[in-house]
Amino acid sequence: MSDVHVRKRGGFIEHTLEGLHAAMERALYAETVASRRGLLQQLDPRVKVAGLLSLVVAVALAAKLWLIGAILALAVTVACLSAIPLRVIAGRAWLGALLFSGMIATPAIFLTPGTPLYGLPITVQGLRTASFLVLRAVSAATLMLALVYTTPWNHVLKALRIFRVPVVFVVILGMTCRYILLLLETAHQMFESRKSRTVNAITPAEQRRLAVAGSGVLLGKTLQMSDEVYLAMRARGFRGEVFLLEDFHMRKLDWLALGTFALLAAFSIWAGR
Amino acid sequence: MLFELDHLTYSYEGVTAIDDLSLAIPEGSRVALLGANGSGKSTLLRLLDGLMFGQSGVIWFRGEELCEEHLADESFSFPFRRTVGIVFQNPDVQLFNPTVFDEIAFGPLQLRWPKKEIRDHVGEILDRLRIGHLKDRVPHRLSGGEKKRVALASVLVLDPAVLLLDEPASALDPRSHSELVDLLVEWGGGAKSVITATHELGDLEDIADRCFVLDGGRLVAEGQPDEILRNTELLERTNLIHAHRHRHGSGEIHSHAHIHKDAS
Repeated sequence: MSDVHVRKRGGFIEHTLEGLHAAMERALYAETVASRRGLLQQLDPRVKVAGLLSLVVAVALAAKLWLIGAILALAVTVACLSAIPLRVIAGRAWLGALLFSGMIATPAIFLTPGTPLYGLPITVQGLRTASFLVLRAVSAATLMLALVYTTPWNHVLKALRIFRVPVVFVVILGMTCRYILLLLETAHQMFESRKSRTVNAITPAEQRRLAVAGSGVLLGKTLQMSDEVYLAMRARGFRGEVFLLEDFHMRKLDWLALGTFALLAAFSIWAGR
Repeated sequence: MLFELDHLTYSYEGVTAIDDLSLAIPEGSRVALLGANGSGKSTLLRLLDGLMFGQSGVIWFRGEELCEEHLADESFSFPFRRTVGIVFQNPDVQLFNPTVFDEIAFGPLQLRWPKKEIRDHVGEILDRLRIGHLKDRVPHRLSGGEKKRVALASVLVLDPAVLLLDEPASALDPRSHSELVDLLVEWGGGAKSVITATHELGDLEDIADRCFVLDGGRLVAEGQPDEILRNTELLERTNLIHAHRHRHGSGEIHSHAHIHKDAS
């Protein structure tokens, strides 16, 4: 039996299984990066949450493109110094941000009134508006990626609680992380089971039917399992608060980083007016 | 009395899982909840752990009503969660932390034990269940048997006086199954209460001194393990044993209902 023949018979299911496996690996990748040695990994989670969020605020408030570009360059440099490869930043932060903000920003290029650019049906003002939106989205996504990839997820949650983020919000964030993995695991098992019972080629119509039916079953299964996870957490005393074995301690490096973040954010807000 | 159930009924969206159930479980007893799939064993364990509440009837825990209102009060819920631990049938639902060590430390942290005590207890339980080598592993990537051990460790670390086990031997190989039974027999020097939901009859006499047989959410029999095991009519009626064809040493093939005495 040739490889080509095998691929043709199980192509859709195998492709889906590969995709699910890759998604599970991606979901666990952040924990791997968080345990590496790097610039941000050395810092107290509270400093990272406060510092990087303040830069996101500065990006949102900035009215100068060069400043947003400078913060983006800084975010990329810090992320690279924190053992996050550039391809990961591009694939996981920029691609999504570009796609969604680009879809929203593109009409502005054509519809915003102003000076035409080199006789094209786009305006300088439209291009500027779109650039602001896209650059802000890309910069904020890069800063948040740097946070979640260099900090274990439960440390992020505890830091959020220290900053008085409501329990409900933190619980939802924590459970979402676990549910994503559950959803992927359940989907993986479903498609493996389907693969083991598939002997003929799957037509496009059958693929569509399989995807729709699978989605419905998956949603039901995941909801049921999610309930069980929550019960299991409650059974061990969980009441919404986040507790960790590790205590957060501010060292000289953390105070220095906090000061640097504060200065940068203050300067950016002032310069970006 | 540890638990007393008085005409308890619980339904899932119109499907009755526990039907007008009344029973009593004394302190320090080792109880088996027997029944086929869908007989209401797992639901009963969740009700005993205060994770769900019946639509009618009452559960009393050491003389106090086990209800939502009491469990919302920390002065009741803290000692209750410290005293009663549950191990779910599917270990995946119990594993939601980044590492095995964090997973086992989760319960003690929620109950706000001193951190040194947590580290010591987690270390001890890792050694006791021979899973020390897994402590830095991601729980989702363990084998079925390893997950089961970690799930068990995450509850045993709390050293609960009452242990609720839902099909503890499922997904375990024969050796692990046997080790688990030994652990449960020795655990707490016999002073703890262990309530096990199972349809495995092979280890019944080792893990229980009292049995309750459920069928369709109703209590259909109770008694000592040897009494229950002798009642083949009851076991057949509740789908706990079945007749199947097999070969004896003489080469004769015949069918009759019987109990397998090992997990394999």
